[in-house]
Amino acid sequence: MRKIILASVAALAFLVGLYLLNRHRAVSASPEAASAEHPFAPDFSLPDMTGKQLKLSGYRGKVVLLDFWATWCDPCREEVPQFAELQNRLGERGFEVIGVSMDDSPEPVQDFYRKFKINYPVVMGNAKVGELYGGVLGLPIAFVIGRDGRIDSKHIAPIDIVLIEREIKAQLQAQ
Amino acid sequence: MKPTVKYQTTIRAAIAVLLLAPLAALAYQASAIPTSQLLNPDELVKVLQSSTGEKPLIIQVGSHVLYTQAHISGAEYIGPASSASGVEKLRKRVEALPRNKFIVIYCGCCPWNHCPNIKPASDALRELGFTNVKALYIADNFGTNWVEKGYPAAKGD
Repeated sequence: MRKIILASVAALAFLVGLYLLNRHRAVSASPEAASAEHPFAPDFSLPDMTGKQLKLSGYRGKVVLLDFWATWCDPCREEVPQFAELQNRLGERGFEVIGVSMDDSPEPVQDFYRKFKINYPVVMGNAKVGELYGGVLGLPIAFVIGRDGRIDSKHIAPIDIVLIEREIKAQLQAQ
Repeated sequence: MKPTVKYQTTIRAAIAVLLLAPLAALAYQASAIPTSQLLNPDELVKVLQSSTGEKPLIIQVGSHVLYTQAHISGAEYIGPASSASGVEKLRKRVEALPRNKFIVIYCGCCPWNHCPNIKPASDALRELGFTNVKALYIADNFGTNWVEKGYPAAKGD
């Protein structure tokens, strides 16, 4: 009886091991699939609030939260202090928030930027950059970009700040 | 110790502000538009594809950056009705039209309850006497509820 139990446990352990091995292979054996799932974030060069050109590829090596927003968008405005707080806490670890305003003109963005003393760069977006990111046809939309410049995740309103922070921290630790 | 009359008045005023503030905010929200004045995206598609019946004048009352990326085929851009200039443009566009003209307004910039444009546009048209105005109910955003559904869309100005 004891031999039967031992043999059953051994067989079960073998099957579990086999399952875990196959699962690991399924996840890691396809770099093409991983690349397709996490494409490189399209590069752009856009003017920031000081008039300088900001080039996204200049942030390679950092984890970036790319936030498409607008001053007329209530949920976008509510996120700004949360993103500023993340920037404060995680900035030294290699994290950067970049805001891309989808306002039609820069004046309200400059006012907002100064009034709320935003602590991360904000650039003026346009339809072209929206299309580069698959169409920004509603706000807010945010992308978490890894240090390698690949898009890790896309978040469409309502944005879950807890989930975003978890993903950013995972990216900061992973690379 | 009993609070003074002045103190009581201040408390009453504060309570009144707290109670009335949500109502004032609601007045500008899309959720305040009656259901009978809404049109779902699939219903609009049926109207557009139908060979019979009046075709509506479709007006986008949101952001130009979003309109340029994608808009309902045949829709006209007016501009954000959350601003006085946007409402003025809307008034000018429709002032010569018969008051029973079928008009559909839409935005899709944000989740429905956060849209700052659709309610002011709807109110402006009703104030002008238009009786056949529908607001397109876009629950999440224009991308999710229109473009990704494969409904007729166009790009550009």
